[in-house]
Amino acid sequence: MVQTASREARGPLTQAFFDRIAAVAEGEKLKACIQCGICSGSCPLGFAMQYPPRRLIASLRAGVMEQVLQSNTPWLCVACYTCTARCPSAVGITDMLFPAMREALLMQGVGVPGELQTALENTFRHGNPLGEPPSKRADWIQEVDVPVTDLSADPREVDILWLVECYPAYHVRAKETVKALARTLHALGADFGVLGQEERCVGDSQRLVGENGLFEMLVEENGKTLDRFQFRQIIVTDPHAYNALKNEYPKYGVNYPVQHYTQYLASRLEELRPMLGELNHTITFHDPCYLGRRNGEYEAPRQLIQAIPGVTFVEMERNRENGLCCGGGGGGMWLDSFAYEYAKERLSEKRVREAARTGADVMAVCCPNDLLRFEDAVKVVGLEGKLVVKDIIELIDEARKG
Amino acid sequence: MLDIVVPIKQVPDLVEELEIDPSGTALGLERTRFVVNELDDHALEQALLLKEKHQAQVSVIALDVGDVEETLFMALAKGVDQAIKISGDFGPAPDNHTTARVLKDVLGGLSHNLILTGVQAIDDLDGQLGILLSSYLDLPYVGLVSGVQIDEGGSKATVLKELPGGVKAELELPLPAVLGIQAAEQPPRYVPVSRVRQAMRTATIEERSAAAEGNGHIRVRRISKPQVGAGAELLEGSSEDIAEQIVGILADRGILR
Repeated sequence: MVQTASREARGPLTQAFFDRIAAVAEGEKLKACIQCGICSGSCPLGFAMQYPPRRLIASLRAGVMEQVLQSNTPWLCVACYTCTARCPSAVGITDMLFPAMREALLMQGVGVPGELQTALENTFRHGNPLGEPPSKRADWIQEVDVPVTDLSADPREVDILWLVECYPAYHVRAKETVKALARTLHALGADFGVLGQEERCVGDSQRLVGENGLFEMLVEENGKTLDRFQFRQIIVTDPHAYNALKNEYPKYGVNYPVQHYTQYLASRLEELRPMLGELNHTITFHDPCYLGRRNGEYEAPRQLIQAIPGVTFVEMERNRENGLCCGGGGGGMWLDSFAYEYAKERLSEKRVREAARTGADVMAVCCPNDLLRFEDAVKVVGLEGKLVVKDIIELIDEARKG
Repeated sequence: MLDIVVPIKQVPDLVEELEIDPSGTALGLERTRFVVNELDDHALEQALLLKEKHQAQVSVIALDVGDVEETLFMALAKGVDQAIKISGDFGPAPDNHTTARVLKDVLGGLSHNLILTGVQAIDDLDGQLGILLSSYLDLPYVGLVSGVQIDEGGSKATVLKELPGGVKAELELPLPAVLGIQAAEQPPRYVPVSRVRQAMRTATIEERSAAAEGNGHIRVRRISKPQVGAGAELLEGSSEDIAEQIVGILADRGILR
């Protein structure tokens, strides 16, 4: 790596950052940057960053990082993966560079936004970023009218272990998607169970926010928990959990077949299709970054929506690998007021306007962050009554009853 | 060298619902998770800020109650120099009189210019620990402190107190002294989990034992949850209907004419 500033001249913050970069295998790849600027041009929040990615990498290669680390840049990334997906030199901007900057800031205790700190402390103490009681993680089971096996109370072998994840398990709105999925799995005769009180956050956003120690702790704990149960495969409600279990957990030896729920349901579409009644909606679909751009799954959600009779499906102008992020990834859920201070408009607000421009009356999503952020954004930009945000599983559940 | 001692206390974590012991005179602590008392965490933060300014030596001491080791390791991860866990026959929820008597014996063997403790704890709202310690050790005490400055020679402290009615007071007192902290000058810092785990692997918690003599002579007669009141009236209907009903109610009660 090209370094003009001497090691001695570095402050502890800059030193912590370079130590981290040196410790990861992909750190070497930073050399391959050709300064083309596609990253900065692609970044949905680059306009608000004091150091957009290209400029950030230029500073890094000059060995001058103190100002960059002290700027607003490290906390504005929402880990949408657009820059990394488009980078011609395959520089790990999302997975390596931003987490390394954030880790240095966390380790030195410099400028950690308060709402993020609370989410991390909650994850450490209670296994979820919301600070909800661990004992109430499976309370939603009482609210659904089909049997759901809580494996923490009834440990038996199941075909499918369903990791519900935090927002779906606790959040009053996101819980509706969990109930809808439970009903649909039951209708398909799937043999499934949940971990109940034993489930803890999978932790992908905590990783991307630079809290690597917390992520490793969660991997160890979740690895031990998963080892104790017998199942054929995992399904998850949250694309971020899907990403972590597919791409990150195996690095620590925790290796289980995993599908996002849309992939599982798409694999059983021929059984599902005859159950679906008509829904008269024009529907557009927002690709979650961690199902689509990061993991290349664009078809399963579209197949499910298009399987519903009566639906007119329309694409947004930016779709698939070009889809605009909701702003909630990479810790964005816990950095909302920080991002708003500099960007003055949430990505979710831009995105619901894009959805409304298609003429759709329903914006379909399949990530809990999307559901919560877009529903708020619809209210903020005054689209109430014109555009409804629904998870795909809610549409399937409605069509199945209808 | 400025030596700061921070006595900290474990209290039940309110994320889970509290249970009352079948005796009806105590909390049921069997399934309770504990957390550091919030104002003690502020006292620790204030100590760390002083350490950064004055190269002070900071010791954290706690009675062996609840999940105290986790809290002590977190304090070590944040940068305190010494963590001491005191075991003894003081039961799972010692009152402040018992705690103060145990702590004064341990403090007798520890060098201290400044003792910082949270001004009160959420489990008893008693607020007397700092006061009791100051009388046992014959030191000056100021409570409800939200800012601390130490002079160059380390011989006196200037402390900030926020009084009711939007008035601030600056008080000066000689060291050594005891301060009851209401708020640190900045929110308690974040400590990364890797630091905590490293502390758990490499740092040591010193163990002391101390005899608990007597208590505060106060007997808990009953602990209970508040009775849920009846008589709430829920207004139903459209926004316009509800607004009209509210106006009607306010007019009925003579608030609107």
